[in-house]
Amino acid sequence: MPAPATANPAPAAAPALSREKVKIEVRNLNFFYGKFHALKGINLVVPERKVTAFIGPSGCGKSTLLRTFNRMYALYPNQEARGEILVDAQNILSPKQDLNQLRAKVGMVFQKPTPFPMSIYDNIAFGVRLYERLPSRVMQERVEWALRKAALWDEVKDKLQQSGMSLSGGQQQRLCIARGIAVKPEVLLLDEPCSALDPISTARIEELISELKADYTIVIVTHNMQQAARVSDYTAYMYLGELVEFDVTDTIFIKPKKKETEDYITGRFG
Amino acid sequence: MSLYARRLWLNRFNLFVSLLATAFGLFWLAWILWTLFDAGLAALTPAVVTQMTPPPGSAGGLLNAIVGSLIMAGGATLLGTPIGILAGVYLAEFGREGWLAPTTRFVNDVLLSAPSIIIGLFVYEAYVFHAKHFSALAGIFALALIVIPVVIRTTENMLRLVPDSLREASAALGAPQWKVITLVTLRAARAGVVTGVLLAIARISGETAPLLFTALNNQFWSLDLGAPMANLPVVIFQFAMSPYDDWQKLAWAGALLITFSVLALNIVARVLFRSKTSAY
Repeated sequence: MPAPATANPAPAAAPALSREKVKIEVRNLNFFYGKFHALKGINLVVPERKVTAFIGPSGCGKSTLLRTFNRMYALYPNQEARGEILVDAQNILSPKQDLNQLRAKVGMVFQKPTPFPMSIYDNIAFGVRLYERLPSRVMQERVEWALRKAALWDEVKDKLQQSGMSLSGGQQQRLCIARGIAVKPEVLLLDEPCSALDPISTARIEELISELKADYTIVIVTHNMQQAARVSDYTAYMYLGELVEFDVTDTIFIKPKKKETEDYITGRFG
Repeated sequence: MSLYARRLWLNRFNLFVSLLATAFGLFWLAWILWTLFDAGLAALTPAVVTQMTPPPGSAGGLLNAIVGSLIMAGGATLLGTPIGILAGVYLAEFGREGWLAPTTRFVNDVLLSAPSIIIGLFVYEAYVFHAKHFSALAGIFALALIVIPVVIRTTENMLRLVPDSLREASAALGAPQWKVITLVTLRAARAGVVTGVLLAIARISGETAPLLFTALNNQFWSLDLGAPMANLPVVIFQFAMSPYDDWQKLAWAGALLITFSVLALNIVARVLFRSKTSAY
């Protein structure tokens, strides 16, 4: 498959997309792991209160792109992003950007569940305590609210003081989602949130994503194309660090404009 | 002989040889412990923990030496643990780039394997010589210098075992780095760090050489940190080398006491480490 030339032109904005309110806008983004050029001239808009999915083969840069939205990469030396990422029209790649404030606004859930070594209650309260001083009754309500949103409350309401690590994998992942929404971010980044889960937990989390988009802007990276088709409103197909096609999910899956996208969607890839 | 039969035979032979080597090592260890118990238990009377070290020829115990050892080991731990943990945190959490961390790590490794007598001589030169008298405080300094590298090493290693995904997860909530470290990574590595401190205490409780040059010894009851202080290792050294029968008996009792406490610390460390680290 011939890779498109560098400096990708901005994908033709679909008519549906132009009617959306923009939450995140990526302008000519390039990303480097040391000398390796991992993202090449990405241009993209993420609409507000919708689910946007990034799909593509392993190593295509979809997780890398996701990790620029909360500047997770800044934890590591030798990783560098150039270009602009506007969140609410503010460039978050600017050196003046306060990283902790950004991450409080743009939450993230990872591929592997990562409960903290503390009780279920404290796992949720940890993030809330960072930015809000709540009286304990209000905090209890917040914890319950987050756990209910993540469809975990009924399973853990009698053991909130147990260690978060005592839960099963699917429960741990929902705990991490609850933790992510408890701080009330505006954007939620999901990096293959279901890849370590069984089908039942996966279905629960997908339902949850559909519910959450009423309040949050959601960006999800997934290897599972059916999942992208089920949960997302918009889909971006990436390959070798470039954005090949970005459009309404139905269009991508039913009538993609580019042959590369079609080949990948239909499994004729490679 | 077929290839398979040859391998079977080789396997048995090697198993036999390694068992033999194990038995050889254990034999001497068992002998040492047996001698220690045999001579030490006979000398272990209530007087050992209730009376002061005696002059030759009269009855007495080891109380001042036991208390002195506890004070100095305790002081060294209190002094060395915070420094060691802070430095270990620096190496594990901040030392990913630059030259300072690798240099510190290298110097720490040198310090870790430095003979303890050198540390005693150093404190003698740097402190005792200028103060013009031996003191418990100098003993605490010397022992702390042994505690610090052990704690740095274990703290760094244990923090490195904490997966980066946990750091990312807490940073992703907007936690500043100091909160990530104190509330999440150190907590995840807690059992390992505590184990390191316990092992450091075990390590210093038998050290003789650094104390010979610093705290020296004291035949009488003294809690004064500015004066020489009695301690088990030096008392054992002195009494065991003496020609007096009662002194030699007391030395055995003291040796048994140290061995017991080190053994107990090691067991506590192992139990802690096993029960708490399984999660990460």
